[in-house]
Amino acid sequence: MRPTPMAEPIALAVRDLAVRFEMEQGNVHALEGVSFDLRAGRTLGIVGESGCGKSVTARSILRIIDRPGRITGGRILLDPGTPQEVDLAALDPESARMRAVRGGRVGLIFQEPMTALSVHYTVGNQIIEAVRQHSDISKAEARNRAIELLREVGIPRPETRIDAYPFELSGGLRQRVGIAMALAGDPDILIADEPTTALDVTTQAQILALLRRLQAEKRIALMLITHDMGVIAEMTDEVAVMYLGRVVEYAPVAALFAAPRHPYTRALLRAVPSVLAAPRQRLATIGGAVPHPGARPAGCAFHPRCAEVIPGRCTAEMPPAIPPGIAGASCFLDVPA
Amino acid sequence: MNVLEVSELRKHYPIRAGLLRREVGRVRAVDGVSFHIAAGETLALVGESGCGKTTVSRCILRALRATSGEIRFAPEDGRVVELVGLPKRQLRPLRRHMQMIFQDPYSSLNPRMMVGDIIAEPLKVNGVPAAERQARVLELLDLVQMPASARSRFPHAFSGGQRQRIGIARALALQPRLVVADEPVSALDVSVQAQIINLLLDLQDRLRLSMLFVAHDLGVVRHVSDRVAVMYVGRIVEVAPTATLYRTPRHPYTEALLAAVPAPDPARRGRQLAVLGEVADPANPPPGCAFHPRCPYAVERCRIERPELTEVTPGRWTSCHRARELELAGVG
Ligand SMILES: Nc1ncnc2c1ncn2[C@@H]1O[C@H](COP(=O)(O)OP(=O)(O)OP(=O)(O)O)[C@@H](O)[C@H]1O
Ligand SMILES: Nc1ncnc2c1ncn2[C@@H]1O[C@H](COP(=O)(O)OP(=O)(O)O)[C@@H](O)[C@H]1O
Ligand code: SF4
Ligand code: SF4
Ligand SMILES: [Mg+2]
Ligand SMILES: [Mg+2]
Repeated sequence: MRPTPMAEPIALAVRDLAVRFEMEQGNVHALEGVSFDLRAGRTLGIVGESGCGKSVTARSILRIIDRPGRITGGRILLDPGTPQEVDLAALDPESARMRAVRGGRVGLIFQEPMTALSVHYTVGNQIIEAVRQHSDISKAEARNRAIELLREVGIPRPETRIDAYPFELSGGLRQRVGIAMALAGDPDILIADEPTTALDVTTQAQILALLRRLQAEKRIALMLITHDMGVIAEMTDEVAVMYLGRVVEYAPVAALFAAPRHPYTRALLRAVPSVLAAPRQRLATIGGAVPHPGARPAGCAFHPRCAEVIPGRCTAEMPPAIPPGIAGASCFLDVPA
Repeated sequence: MNVLEVSELRKHYPIRAGLLRREVGRVRAVDGVSFHIAAGETLALVGESGCGKTTVSRCILRALRATSGEIRFAPEDGRVVELVGLPKRQLRPLRRHMQMIFQDPYSSLNPRMMVGDIIAEPLKVNGVPAAERQARVLELLDLVQMPASARSRFPHAFSGGQRQRIGIARALALQPRLVVADEPVSALDVSVQAQIINLLLDLQDRLRLSMLFVAHDLGVVRHVSDRVAVMYVGRIVEVAPTATLYRTPRHPYTEALLAAVPAPDPARRGRQLAVLGEVADPANPPPGCAFHPRCPYAVERCRIERPELTEVTPGRWTSCHRARELELAGVG
C-alpha cells in the first residue's frame, strides 16, 4: 500500500474512534474504530446512509455527543506530531481547553442552521456573542466583525440584516448565518454536517460555492458530511465511505468514482438516480436496508446485503480496518494496490 | 384520454393586518396553473421550495379549496367531474379514485393499527366484504413486494422503505385512477430510494397508473416521469416530455435548475452553476416575468410584461419572451 501523496500538514487526526450509546434496550455501537485525517486546505468527504455514524463522528470531535453516548476508545488529535498536539478525546467536554477548541479552532455547520441559532435573539447578537467568546474585543468591535462575517458569507445588506431575527430570513440566508457563526472563532478546521441537505438545489449550489471559496481563501481543513454522491464528486479531495459505524472505504475522490473498491461503495454509486438517466430507467438496488446498529450482523456488517459475500468467512470474520491515509476497502476481496 | 385537466388554478391566501383584520395583500401560492395528465401517464411537478407544488396537489385532492380555476377529473372512462366547485357531499364518492402517497413514512401510518388493517381500511370504508378484504390485502402486499406475514405486525417493526411500501399498498387498495405522490422518496436513503423508484416504475407498467409526482430531486424525476412541469412562484414556466426538457430546456429557470445539480462524477466537476439570488416572495412577486431579477437573459420587456405559457413546439410549453431565440444548455 502506498500513502496518497499529500504535502499539507494534518490539522486533525482521528484514530480508532469508538463511541457507544449505553441504553436500557442495549448498547448501540455508533462508531467502531474510525480513523481519518483532516488536512489544511483539503476537503474530506464523509458519505453514507442514515445511521452510519456521520453525525456522531462530527459531534465526537467537538465533544458534544448527546447522552448517553460516550467515547469508549480512540484518539482525536489536534495538531498531531507537533509540540502542541492535544487529544480532544481525553479532555473534559466542559473544560476551558475544549470550549476554546469548540467554535474556535474547530467550527461546526449543521444541517438545520436553527440548531445553532436561537429564535429569541437577533442574528447579530448571536454572532457577536460567538465572536467575543473567542477573542477579547469590545462590543462595538465585535459588531463590526459580525457585519464583516455576514458580508463574507454573501449576505446582502449586512448592516441591516444583522438586526434581523433568524425567522425573518429564508433557509438559504439562515444557512449563510450558520456558516458565519461557525467562522466567528476564526477556525482552521470546519466540520459541515449535511450543510445543504435541507436546501433547494439552487441554494445548495450557492452554499457549496461559498464553502469552496472560504476554504480556498483560508486554507481550511474541511470535513464535509453528506449522503449525496453529487456533492461528494463536486466538493471533496478524499472520501471516507461509512457503513454501520466503520469506514469501509477510503479513496481520493476520482478513484472512488472510477474504481470503487468496496462492494457497498459500488452498489451505492449504482443506486444514485441520475439527471442523465434514460426514460423509465430502473436503478440497480442493494437488497434490504441498513440494519439497526443495535442488531449489527456478525463478521462483515455488510454481509447480509453483499452480492459478493464469501460464505463462511464474511459471516464470521470482520475484515480489517483501513489504515488511515491509505486508499483501500475494508473487505476480504480488496487487493491492496 | 385525460384523467386530469387543471386550468387557471389559483390559490391565494389573504394577508390580514390591523384591528379590523383587513386584507392588506395576498400570498399568491398558486397563481394560474394549467396542465393535464393523460391516462397511464406520470407528470412530475418540480421547482424550488415554496413554489406551490404541495398547494397544487392539495387543491386537486380537495384538501384545500382553490380560490378559482377548474379541475376536471375523470373517475371513470367517459365521466368527467369538475372538482373546484363540487359540494362536499358529492366529493366523498370520488375520493376512492384519487389517492395519496406521503413523504414521511413514519407519521403517515397509524402506529396502533396492524399493517393488514392499515391496508384494508380504505377497502372497509368502501364496503368491501371482510373475506374479500383479506385476499386483497395479500395481493397488495405481494404487489409492493412485502411478505404476507407483514399484515399482522405494527408499523414500528418496519424500516422507512418498508413503511413506504405499506403506504403505497394502502394508496393502491381501491385501484385509484389518479395517485398523487408528494415527495414520496425524499425521506429515504439512497439504497432504499432506488428500491421504491423501481417499485413505482413496476407499478406504472403493471397498473397503468396515472400519477402526479411532486419532487424536487431532478435525478429522481428523470427516472419516473413521462413529462415534467417546472413551477416558479406559483406558476408553471415550462412543460415538456422528460428527456426533451432535460436535454433542451427552453426556459432559463429550467436551465438554472439543471445546472445547479451536482453531477455524481468528479470528471464533470466545476460545471455546477449557481443561479443568483433567491426565490421571489409569492406575496410580492416581481412585475413582468417573476424570474427576471435572477435571469441572466432578462431584457427590458421582461421587467414589464408577463410572458404567457405558450406552445413553442408540439407538446412543449414555455413562458419566456425569449424562448425562441435563446440557446439554453441542458444535460444528457
Ligand atoms: N396556509 C397558508 N397561508 C399562507 N401562505 C401559505 C399557506 N400555505 C402555503 N402558503 C404559501 O404558499 C406557497 C406555496 O407553498 P407550497 O407548500 O405549495 O410549496 P411547495 O412547492 O410544496 O414547497 P416545498 O418544496 O417546500 O414542499 C409558499 O410561499 C407558502 O409559504
Ligand atoms: N442520542 C442518541 N441516542 C442513542 N443513539 C444514538 C443517538 N445519537 C445517535 N445514535 C445512534 O448512533 C448511530 C449513528 O448516528 P448518526 O451519527 O446520527 O448517523 P448519521 O450517519 O445519519 O449522521 C445511529 O445508530 C444512531 O441510532
Ligand atoms: S467482506 Fe465479504 S461481505 Fe463484506 S463487503 Fe467484502 S465480500 Fe462483502
Ligand atoms: S421572460 Fe425574460 S426574464 Fe423571464 S425567463 Fe425569459 S428572458 Fe428571463
Ligand atoms: Mg446525521
Ligand atoms: Mg411541498
